[in-house]
Amino acid sequence: MTLNRKSPRGNPLLFIQGNEACVYGAIHAGCNFFAGYPITPSTEITEGMSVNLPGIGGTFMQMEDEIASIAAIIGASAAGAVSMTATSGPGFSLMQENIGYAYMVQLPIVIINVQRGGPSTGLPTMLSQADTMQARWGTHGDYTAIVLTASSVQEAYNVTIRAFQIADRFSTPVIVLLDELIGHMREKVELTMINNKNPVRRKLPEVPPEWYFPYKNTLDMVSHPAPFGEGFRYNITGLIHDKAGFPSSVEHEVINRMEFLRNKIMQHCQEIWDYREFYTEDAKYLIIAYGSAARAARGAIETLRNMRIKGGLIELKTVWPFPYLPISKIAEKAKSKIIFVAENNMGQLVHPVNEIFSNSVKVFNINRFDGHAIDPYEIVDMVKENIYA
Amino acid sequence: MHELSDVYSYLRWKKRFPAVWCPGCGIGSIMGAIIRAIIDLEIPKDDIAFISGIGCTGRMPVYLDFNTMHTTHGRALPFATGIKMHRPEMKVIVVSGDGDSLAIGGNHFIHAARRNIDITMILVNNSIYGMTGGQVAPTTPIGKVTHTMPYGNYEPPFNPVELAVSAGGSFAARGTVFSILQTTGYIKKAIKHPGFALVEIISQCPVQYGRMNNLGSARDMLLMQKKNSVPIKKAKEMSEEDLDGKIITGIFKEEIKTEYSSAYRNFAKEIRDGTGREDSP
Amino acid sequence: MKNGTKATAKKGTGKINRVTIRISGSGGQGIISTGMLLGEAIAIGDERNVSQSQSYGPEARGGATCADIIVSDGEIFFPECNLLDILVAFTYEAYEKYASLTREKGIIIADQSAVDVLSGTAETIKVPFIETAREKFSKSIVANMIALGFLSGYTGIVTGGSLLDVVNDHYAGSKHRDANIRAINEGFKLAREYAGSAKVFI
Repeated sequence: MTLNRKSPRGNPLLFIQGNEACVYGAIHAGCNFFAGYPITPSTEITEGMSVNLPGIGGTFMQMEDEIASIAAIIGASAAGAVSMTATSGPGFSLMQENIGYAYMVQLPIVIINVQRGGPSTGLPTMLSQADTMQARWGTHGDYTAIVLTASSVQEAYNVTIRAFQIADRFSTPVIVLLDELIGHMREKVELTMINNKNPVRRKLPEVPPEWYFPYKNTLDMVSHPAPFGEGFRYNITGLIHDKAGFPSSVEHEVINRMEFLRNKIMQHCQEIWDYREFYTEDAKYLIIAYGSAARAARGAIETLRNMRIKGGLIELKTVWPFPYLPISKIAEKAKSKIIFVAENNMGQLVHPVNEIFSNSVKVFNINRFDGHAIDPYEIVDMVKENIYA
Repeated sequence: MHELSDVYSYLRWKKRFPAVWCPGCGIGSIMGAIIRAIIDLEIPKDDIAFISGIGCTGRMPVYLDFNTMHTTHGRALPFATGIKMHRPEMKVIVVSGDGDSLAIGGNHFIHAARRNIDITMILVNNSIYGMTGGQVAPTTPIGKVTHTMPYGNYEPPFNPVELAVSAGGSFAARGTVFSILQTTGYIKKAIKHPGFALVEIISQCPVQYGRMNNLGSARDMLLMQKKNSVPIKKAKEMSEEDLDGKIITGIFKEEIKTEYSSAYRNFAKEIRDGTGREDSP
Repeated sequence: MKNGTKATAKKGTGKINRVTIRISGSGGQGIISTGMLLGEAIAIGDERNVSQSQSYGPEARGGATCADIIVSDGEIFFPECNLLDILVAFTYEAYEKYASLTREKGIIIADQSAVDVLSGTAETIKVPFIETAREKFSKSIVANMIALGFLSGYTGIVTGGSLLDVVNDHYAGSKHRDANIRAINEGFKLAREYAGSAKVFI
């Protein structure tokens, strides 16, 4: 006898790590190029890609460092690949400059950062969410990040697929922010997209080369630079550039470029924002969290509700752009009195939350930064303490 | 000889000139040499990916009508590696200055050479950081003055050709801007060579390096290249003392060995066909 | 059970609300793969929610290694094991380190060789896993398979069928398959010998 590994929908069921789920997600999304460098706790993604890519006509490369890794995937993206890298804290720091480059030149890439404790070498094998802000502000210059996340192994699979779709949709780097717990934990996963009929494939321009401008403003505010080698010869540069890709420092070109890059993301927030609500309709006490911390918060909410305390949770699936609007609307509708932000760091996600509720509502931070998951009871205690304070 | 109109047809001349380079700079001559080499080899423009990092040399791609990419400082080679691996049918050419390729990009340089990936690397060596205003480079000779070596350089310089060869590169040559026709020949051979091919070109920077070290005008510096050049054959018969301060020119290495991107394709095909190693997936 | 295709739990029919299991020993004893197999058998075979984690880094290559499995029919909100319901300890070091983390109402299943002085407040039962492996299989590495069989028979946390299925899957085509299956059955047999004191978790 063997195990029945089929879900009721006929999809394979696996018992795997979050990191391995990312590998399946990437392959099912259509990823055909991976360059990376081993680093705990994301190494299993790199290893998994080395197993899977050669057999499906893709490229796997272990590079000399993380800088080379991200450079190679951006280069491959310029050549038309659907590319990805994976890393953790220190490697993510090394990639920052080129994340900004990919943003500037509008090439889609996916970067998975399985967060570990820091700063410096920190806690390589333990849980942390301390790159929350690095993912948003890590590269130099004004930059608008798209950062997605997951709180279970199944979601790690789902979010990796979504990351490729969003990167392609907006021609921009997308960061998947996991944490060590989700990356290393094994859970049951249903491979829902194993027969994906629409893997991500890079589009070719619809105009002949002589009419082609790689960075022209289009109707939907997104430009998709053509892959190299298809007859559309143009220039890619990290300098501020005009619609043809040539460097320009003329005032209106600079303003145009900067606004275009921001607006193509900020004007499509509704498409990018993803979050789940738990008992928010009447949540007098509203918790905001993502990843492992949100998992604990879900447990806390159940306990609080059993105690007849009106707790609710907004679990973020999109960390950046931060869902300011939905959060403020939900809190307003529920007439929330106190907001709690639960996170595995010394307080990062709490800042954008503070921005929303600056004076109107009290915001408390629930932090844990010893490398361990937040226990739901810690949240319950913190909520109770502040309700009756 | 090449018709000027042929050469011009490779330039994005409509908008992009005058070039950013200072009067007397050698990079323009090198750009001309690269174009002439490509004309002779009859490679279609669409098949060429032309990649650079940051610096004076890094500005070259914008003038050329290929698939061009001006990347981040020091990283041209890994970007080029990504392009070559995804589209192995393309000719990938990297141009890079000495600071870009040997200081910040030194690690990528030795690893691209080690892999022997089919990338042509044109290394423009002007002994100084030009774009940032004249600071010491890993190729600045001992004793020379720069803005960050105001009392004379005390760091020993790299020999890029030896570095590439010892790291595993399968083609390495050195030419000068003065002997640009000979150098064009090296570039042609390098582009044709299946593997990591380095052409180091000794160039002049009269505005920074020349001025700070009283080397005279661009013409004087070019004549100095002529005076100091020693062909590799002749150099073999000379003593180390006699070679001090000389520029040894010629092809130092030309060997056919396993090339990375095609080796990877073959390996991946074996995996797909199930003829790979037993323990492969 | 969904589809009605799965065997139901042997002992009892109740739902599980968070049972924490730690399998511990030293690097090289197959602790981590044992944890994986157990987790998979419960998650996919028995269709319960399982979160499984393990030690990483230098610890996983030597010293006290452990694999944690959390089983629940509800959502697992807290995927770490602070307190243990079941501890399986193969070495003295592991027993010493984790016995005190085992709940009073929990159970410690330790290899005979691992217990010198009793520690912690939970009931400790000593089972000759390693000795049986050496005597009946002439290799100590199958001790963890015997322990899995024992765990199944003694606590019912995993059904025997799922355990056998998962081992069949993982060792399909391997020369170790038969020995592993026999070792699990040996574990079932041992569990029957200890049945008098069995604790039921389901």
